Amino acid sequence: MTPPASIAIAEAGPAPTRERPPASVYGPFAWVRANLFNGIFSTIVTLVLGVAIAWALYGFLKWGVANAIWSVPTTATGALDPTACRAAHGTGACWAAINDKWRFMLFGRFPYDQQWRAGICIALFIGLFYVSSDRRFWRKELAYIWAATLAVIFTLMWGGVFGLSYVPQDEWGGLPITLILATFGLALAFPLSVLVALGRRSTALPAVKTLCIVYVELIRGVPLIALLFMANVMFPLFMPVGLNPDKLLRAQVAIILFAAAYLAEVVRGGLQALPKGQAEAADALGLTYWQKTLKITLPQALRLVIPPLVNTFIGFFKDTSLVLTIGILDLLTASKTAMADPVWQGVSTEIYIVVAMVYVAFCYTMSSYSRSIERKLDRARNR
Amino acid sequence: MFRLTVGAGLLASALLAALPAMAQPSGSATLDAVKARGTLICGVAGAVPGFSLPDSQGIMRGIDADSCRNVAAAVLGDANKVKFAVTTTQNRFTALQSGEIDLLVRSTTWTLGREASLGLEFAGVNYYDGTGFLVKKALGVKSAKEMDGATICVQPGTSTELAISDYYRVNKMKFTPILIQDLAEIQAAFLAGRCDAYSTDSSALATFRATQTNKDDFLLLPEIISKEPLGYVVRKGDDKWFDIVRWSYFATVAAEEMDVSSKNVDEMLASTNPDIRRLLGVEGEMGKSLGLDAKWAYNIIKQVGNFGETWDRNITVLGVPRGINAVWTKGGLHYAPPIR
Amino acid sequence: MSSAAIDPRLANARAAPKRGLRLSWSDPMFRNIVWQVLIVGLVVAVVWYLVANTQHNLEVRRIATGLGFLSNTAGIPIAETLIPYDPAVNTWGRAVIEGILNTFKVAVVGIILSTILGTLIGIGRLSKNWLVAKVTSVYVETLRDIPVLLQLLFWYGLLQALPGPREFRGSTSWIFISNRGLKLPILVWEPAHWWALGACVLGLILTMAWNATANRRRDATGVKPPVWPAALLLMAGFPALVWASLGAPHEIDFPALKGFNFAGGGTITPEYFALLLGLTLYTAAYIAEIVRSGIQAVPKGQWEAAAAIGLHPGAVLKLIVLPQALRVIIPPMTSQFLNLTKNSSLAVAIGFQDVVSISGTMLNQTGQAIEGVGIIMAVFLAFSLSISLFMNWYNARIALVER
Repeated sequence: MTPPASIAIAEAGPAPTRERPPASVYGPFAWVRANLFNGIFSTIVTLVLGVAIAWALYGFLKWGVANAIWSVPTTATGALDPTACRAAHGTGACWAAINDKWRFMLFGRFPYDQQWRAGICIALFIGLFYVSSDRRFWRKELAYIWAATLAVIFTLMWGGVFGLSYVPQDEWGGLPITLILATFGLALAFPLSVLVALGRRSTALPAVKTLCIVYVELIRGVPLIALLFMANVMFPLFMPVGLNPDKLLRAQVAIILFAAAYLAEVVRGGLQALPKGQAEAADALGLTYWQKTLKITLPQALRLVIPPLVNTFIGFFKDTSLVLTIGILDLLTASKTAMADPVWQGVSTEIYIVVAMVYVAFCYTMSSYSRSIERKLDRARNR
Repeated sequence: MFRLTVGAGLLASALLAALPAMAQPSGSATLDAVKARGTLICGVAGAVPGFSLPDSQGIMRGIDADSCRNVAAAVLGDANKVKFAVTTTQNRFTALQSGEIDLLVRSTTWTLGREASLGLEFAGVNYYDGTGFLVKKALGVKSAKEMDGATICVQPGTSTELAISDYYRVNKMKFTPILIQDLAEIQAAFLAGRCDAYSTDSSALATFRATQTNKDDFLLLPEIISKEPLGYVVRKGDDKWFDIVRWSYFATVAAEEMDVSSKNVDEMLASTNPDIRRLLGVEGEMGKSLGLDAKWAYNIIKQVGNFGETWDRNITVLGVPRGINAVWTKGGLHYAPPIR
Repeated sequence: MSSAAIDPRLANARAAPKRGLRLSWSDPMFRNIVWQVLIVGLVVAVVWYLVANTQHNLEVRRIATGLGFLSNTAGIPIAETLIPYDPAVNTWGRAVIEGILNTFKVAVVGIILSTILGTLIGIGRLSKNWLVAKVTSVYVETLRDIPVLLQLLFWYGLLQALPGPREFRGSTSWIFISNRGLKLPILVWEPAHWWALGACVLGLILTMAWNATANRRRDATGVKPPVWPAALLLMAGFPALVWASLGAPHEIDFPALKGFNFAGGGTITPEYFALLLGLTLYTAAYIAEIVRSGIQAVPKGQWEAAAAIGLHPGAVLKLIVLPQALRVIIPPMTSQFLNLTKNSSLAVAIGFQDVVSISGTMLNQTGQAIEGVGIIMAVFLAFSLSISLFMNWYNARIALVER
């Protein structure tokens, strides 16, 4: 609502508003006139949109707050009595269902009394993302931090040591699964993608280049759902008799292969954007290929591609929801399973809204971070 | 020349090193694997009330889940040593074929095609079922024959899908299918009125109807248009495992026939009835001949219960009558061959 | 694969014909060859290993392989088909073709709609109207951050909440929006309409030819002869004439409630509509960002210079800004089109029978897992390659503007 925001937006446009005499720039009335009612067409659009928004907001608040059922009584047998929700169906939201089911949605079939462990894992993941986002930590040590945190997460999830009870992998579920699939997808796909990107740019190794191109184009040409499908029904046939990686691991492999192809293209973009002079100077100094790559080109290229890298990661984070089609209990699947409970029949919009909010919270944070990094990099480049 | 030799040599050595070990499984590879692992991996649907559905604590409940527990109790002596693998209609057979699961109990219909061409075998039937139609009473339909032109919700990739197609062709009627993979999604579609009828195994329809608060608004049409014996599926070629699974089921039926239940099984150990003594491993070497502990059937009955108990716990509570699923002594189809 | 390992070696030899290859590790050419042989050999070995395993596994499990089953009768019902299909008669091959056509139906319409919507929103984000800029930016931010699968499920749930057909009893409307979908009156299609359509296409080609001639004349004389009268004549008048000469059939099929369902008329099913809606709204958010950055990439000076030489705003956009913006827009747009096509495979979750859904059912009913997945992959690779090729061609055409 503040004037600076409006200027920032207006600046984006081809016709800047800054050149107006300063007197009309300040003051709320001038601002409103300039930004909402500057012309007949603009006025009509503002009014129509304004009415539509107000109407939608009114409807939503009436449904989601005023008429909503926040909790339901418990019957004598200890079961919940959803009559109030059923009665309110269509006119008010049934948040009581979320109240009852939120732990199943977040943690799936993880043993109920052990769910604090999965909760800590979520916190650890968030902490890991936070640390990784800080430029002060962009050093070699970050890799160790990642390795250590992921090890702790797996210890917590699996248990079996330090007095933690063992939780088999098929009982994991909910948000930790989503985070594991996405984070491991990134962590393991990243080295692979760098190799593929280097291979694809290689001029000295045409056979390797061809292999890399075939790999990237093949994977990018098919939907993730087809890869998951393959991991689900075909992968077991590829393996020797007796060796049967479980479903989560197979899905993880599919996501890694998928992510590596997309990341490779991002990394390749960074390598391409680097001025040729860098590589030529390194050659002139007599550096070997790996010295040149690891010390000169790659570090610069990776810095350039951090924003698209984050965007690609946001993509995976959302795409992990596709494991719904092969029956892995991630955040979305767990929530859908919660919906199947006969007690909460018909409560779907509420659950979808909550799940969407979780996704938005993660993705929006990451994408605003990506934009801020982009601005910083732009500033550094234009200095 | 040298270059070629080097290249070929490197390639060949790489290939040799990587060639798969062509180890053949022994006759009871599955049993060995289960014992070595200490858990039975059992494929279930994981979303069907009465058959397999995790409760609020995440524990799998249902007749399919208990069927898995029977086998675990027989083989490992502990009904809780089961890992439930949630399978979809799409990957259930490949999961079993590939050895990812040891056993599949997922309301899967026994058909010739599945046994002959998928490399699978049906070891027993834990539910005699048939395809039915569930409609809303408000539709005013009393028979499936009146359903010409109807829209029908059905899960793709099931035998129901083929059965309906056949039924409508035979009766020269037309229908519009709504085919959704996800069970919850297709039930939601039916409740929302996207389709006029919901068709699947009548057991599932009955449990579905029973779990609705307004169950009297729904009507199960009298026609059962196909036979759907649902059962335990194992891989072909492991006869010993096949026997174990099959007799784990027979043991529960035999126990119900002889009124041995989880409550009285300890007293029954002292029974003088030779059939009961053989069943509970007091007498004879039935367990050993299967490659199991002598207490195999005792463990099943003690920990999971006989067939009737399993049924009552999972299906009767949903208000579904026993019908042809009673033991033969009560006019049903469940019949255990003699244990001797 | 192994021939690929040898070819580059020859290529290298051609590149430096004067210098022989020394069999020493210090010779970079030799090193490169060894590395390539090693890497390619490794990949071949892994693939070989997997194939050998698969063959062994299939043998042990007695699973038959081959595409022969495609000519067996399918027996599975398909809800919506573009070409006639009867489960009792048609084969699995035909069922897969129905799936491919359904995927096509979603992808093509989705691409067109999301391009239109995305462009509008992208321009809206640059609007001077604060509310418009804010609303469009919230739209873009929110929709991009929610998994498309979740959006599809959500829309499908909403469409199911529409009233059922029984609630339209006694209605004399021509258009019905119910939970059975959108029912519209449609023209009864007869051969005359095909001829008219053909005439329209012919008219389009002739119009384009006339337009080219007109452009040449403008280049020669400075005055462009009007194109629109010829266009109207060729693309509307000519087909109408053809249609009229064939008896002008114009029977219209109205939907009406009959029994359980609506009979007659054309249908847009909720499954198709939810898929289309979800994909369009989701992809439009991405396209909007592409369009916005494309327009912003055109330097302000270009607008000002164009205005300074007296071009009217429409011409500025058409002749100056768009050609430059398009060069920035086309490559990322291509990948969005590809994404939309690939995302259409999520149809399987909401019961629209695209090629993934039908192949999935097929592999489940026949047990032919490898063949089923192979078909899905082949179909999508073909889609992706054709879209890429077309967009590359179009991009090359656009790039000529640069000179």
